[in-house]
Amino acid sequence: MIDLKNLTIEKTHDSFKNGVFTCTELVSEYLKVIKEKNDELNVYLEIFSDVLEQAKKADEKFADGSFTLMTGIPIAIKDNILFQGHIASSGSNILKNYTAVYNSTVVKKLKDAGAVIIGRTNMDDGAMGVSTETSAYGVTKNPHDISRVPGGSSGGSTASIAADMALVALGSDTGGSCRQPAAFCGVVGLKPTYGSVSRYGLISMGSSLDVIGAIGKNISDVKIVFDFIAGQDKMDSTSIPLDFYKKKTIDRPTIGVPRAFISEGVDPRVLLNFEEKIKKLQSLNYTVKDVELPYAKYSVPAYYVVTPAEISANLARLDGMRYGYSAEGGNLMEVYKKSRGKGFGREVRRRILLGTYVLSHGYHDAYYNKANAVRELIINDYSKAFKKVDLILTPTTTGPAFKIGEKVNDPVKMYLEDIFTGPANMAGLPAISIPSGFVEEGEKKLPLGIQFMAPHGREDLLFQIGKEFESIKDGP
Amino acid sequence: MNIKDVESLAELARIELSEGEKKEILKDMESILGYIKQIEEVSVGDLEPEYQLKNVWREDELKPQEFSRDLILKQFPDLQDGFLKVKKIL
Repeated sequence: MIDLKNLTIEKTHDSFKNGVFTCTELVSEYLKVIKEKNDELNVYLEIFSDVLEQAKKADEKFADGSFTLMTGIPIAIKDNILFQGHIASSGSNILKNYTAVYNSTVVKKLKDAGAVIIGRTNMDDGAMGVSTETSAYGVTKNPHDISRVPGGSSGGSTASIAADMALVALGSDTGGSCRQPAAFCGVVGLKPTYGSVSRYGLISMGSSLDVIGAIGKNISDVKIVFDFIAGQDKMDSTSIPLDFYKKKTIDRPTIGVPRAFISEGVDPRVLLNFEEKIKKLQSLNYTVKDVELPYAKYSVPAYYVVTPAEISANLARLDGMRYGYSAEGGNLMEVYKKSRGKGFGREVRRRILLGTYVLSHGYHDAYYNKANAVRELIINDYSKAFKKVDLILTPTTTGPAFKIGEKVNDPVKMYLEDIFTGPANMAGLPAISIPSGFVEEGEKKLPLGIQFMAPHGREDLLFQIGKEFESIKDGP
Repeated sequence: MNIKDVESLAELARIELSEGEKKEILKDMESILGYIKQIEEVSVGDLEPEYQLKNVWREDELKPQEFSRDLILKQFPDLQDGFLKVKKIL
């Protein structure tokens, strides 16, 4: 019996090296847990049939000495990340049995490193959602309380870590989709700097916001995964080299808190937890000061103009012509309309139509151009704030995981979930959600997350403060 | 907004909607547009971005990529002689 709960990448690596257990044994252990829990939790849409073969190859790498730190590490990937020869359905019907014809760069890197890619995790349809409830394959249950959502859109990935069904996972983050579910599931979720991880092979949603993120139980594991997947890629012209942004060592980063922005609509228990954590950071001699982000409150409404616009363009390729669900039709136009009408779920249709609207003649100036201008103001807010402080701290979400069914029928309520996470995507900034405690609801303990944001390229600061925060969060 | 607007958008987006779906979308859109409208109140003025956007080009050279032609063909809804077959365009 391997103690999965307390495993880390480094412990696992040492165990492989010292012959404590083999990768095949470890992966078999995960497969057992998956068999026990997946029917109820609906974390994985598919466990890849070649998992044990991958494990065997990893064991061979340890035998011949050609291993890396990620060799043999069981990792789950979100259903929108392409793995050649395997299905990637983006949580949707329209790509239900779509088989990836090439490898995403991140998968290629993980394969080269010898990681074991266990399976594809459940997600909101087309990555659009905050609860994994819009998935065409049913919701994923939060392992902390199965009557609640795991968050979204990377709910399957974060739940896989919380339920010890993988050691680390990849998600994607366009408006908060790695961080919000990480907070709900009590795990660490990193949204890297835009461009630092290649988007080649990530099914596009909002091309100016999308980024692949790393999810794990602790900062160290998330950092290791990030280090393996980051880097410029000639296949993604929006990707940047690791040294693109200047990095100056900062021993004791100052922390900014946008108090005015945090006041409204936040669960008082979240605010209490947040204030406690600020005091703890101050007791460690971190300077915490107030910062102003006057335009941050427009982030969500502007996001819901810009993102649907980009979605409407990106999803035009899903037309029943070359792959995916293709409906019968009398003529070409009918095939388009019926394939897309039937293949897209409700939230996806909503966003495509909203995007079509804000880009259409007569409206694009008032909406799309305006939203882009507001986006510039938000970027400017953060740029100014980062001249005064080194990090910005907020709660990750306004409350703990909500009940399944509670918000799914109210689009605006769902969209407001992105209030603290959205700005990082609008500005391309790196941000991380770290477990920050629990609230009690009935007999359950529901996780809370706290979010640090850093200037472009400063994931290193997030890891630095993250490690410090991890060591204090449960202390007196 | 009204149903006719929803129908125009659906036409532009090439999405077929049932009557019920059209009504639902209309209701949703009204709610969402009501929310995003607040960006109208932001006065933008002249803002010089601190960064400059630039295009990233590559030479127009043939470079073999790794992908499975076989898997591509297998997933065509209809094919003939190795070509993708679609309905009449003209």
